[in-house]
Amino acid sequence: MSAVVDSALVGQYALQLGDDALILSHRLSEWCAHSPELEEDVALANLALDLLGQARTLLTYAGSLEGAGRSEDDLAFLRTERDFRNVLLVEQPNGDFAVTIARQLYFATYQSELYAALCDSADPELAALAAKAVKEVAYHRDHAVQWTLRLGDGTEESHRRMQAGLDRLWPYTAELFTPDPVTAELVESDVAVDPRTLRPAWEASVAGVIEAATLTMPADGWQPRGGREGRHSEGFGLLLGEMQALHRQYPGAKW
Amino acid sequence: MSGAEVVTMLDLAALEAAASAVPDPELPVVTLGDLGIVRGVSVADDGAIEVRITPTFVGCPATEAIAADVRRAVAARAPHAEVRTRMVMSPAWSTDWISGDGRRKLAEHGIAPPHAGARQGGGPVAVAIGRRPASPSPSPHPPTQIRAAGIAARQACPRCGSYDTRELSAFGSTPCQSLRACRACGEPFGAIKSL
Repeated sequence: MSAVVDSALVGQYALQLGDDALILSHRLSEWCAHSPELEEDVALANLALDLLGQARTLLTYAGSLEGAGRSEDDLAFLRTERDFRNVLLVEQPNGDFAVTIARQLYFATYQSELYAALCDSADPELAALAAKAVKEVAYHRDHAVQWTLRLGDGTEESHRRMQAGLDRLWPYTAELFTPDPVTAELVESDVAVDPRTLRPAWEASVAGVIEAATLTMPADGWQPRGGREGRHSEGFGLLLGEMQALHRQYPGAKW
Repeated sequence: MSGAEVVTMLDLAALEAAASAVPDPELPVVTLGDLGIVRGVSVADDGAIEVRITPTFVGCPATEAIAADVRRAVAARAPHAEVRTRMVMSPAWSTDWISGDGRRKLAEHGIAPPHAGARQGGGPVAVAIGRRPASPSPSPHPPTQIRAAGIAARQACPRCGSYDTRELSAFGSTPCQSLRACRACGEPFGAIKSL
């Protein structure tokens, strides 16, 4: 590290990563008791649990660096829409199972590239979390790959739906690789990973899976962004409403 | 008398043994010591006894129960001191931390243990399919490598010992287990995931 790192900035970066994990965890948990088969119900809940664990660690760290005494629960349950820093991809509605798998393929591939690079972060807390989580996320990506192959190279209907899922969410992948001011500044001090550097390996990996699944790579077009600045899509308020209702009605509820 | 004064090195070893002897809340046939979850015991600056523990999976819901059980077990041996637990992430836990004794107990309980050195050979295993485009940077999953289902681990059935087993799901009853079935005896079983 060449210069003294602004710890508040590291906290904001941890918050971004934590919000990504938290919101995707919540979306995946919506599948609980609705999955196409029992094993899948367990699988999706397990993915959600892994992400929740990562989110708790990251939000706790973000809260400690912020220095305002906010706990992981305060950050998860008492912020409003504009305060969340997650990318738009993770908050997109589940859609049918193929849409969820497309979201998983895009995000888990991104997250495993990100965590692999973050293992070398100059921030020891982030590096330790990344070293732990990269192994968990390898299973997430594997899960998405297996389903993409199975649905893409399956029946006419499963192929059509998988392609539709990939096409629908493709526009949101651009934001994953767009540097924001917080990340850009921390890249200078080797704390954060420059998201642009993740794109070639991500795209090659996703393209390989899509080709093997007899599917077609979606074309670039509309590229919505804004999650990192707190501008979210319409359904996000409903997601927060469900996620936060209990804690807001019964603060600190335990059972 | 403060906590720091009553604790000697010998005591610390005894306290670590007490923490290590605590059964895992989800898999009570094995102890936290067998699983390699207890990382050490020391006296903090304020005189409190601090037990370092590490999670198997970051989001494992048993982690909080484990911390509470450890505090209780250690406090029983050191009634005059404050006992705390601290979660450490580094070095990251892997299945290689499970002791030989732990592997044996898991197998006897019907849960297939990970093979020794699983970290080197286990986890999602990559096999090459399709064409290989130019790889621009080192990546945890080179683009054309897609793991073939079922070869993730050559795991023996804990009941009949057959290696003719298949993976039903990479995700099982706890974050650290996958769900497999034996083709020889027909029994499904949990298996510790290679991590």
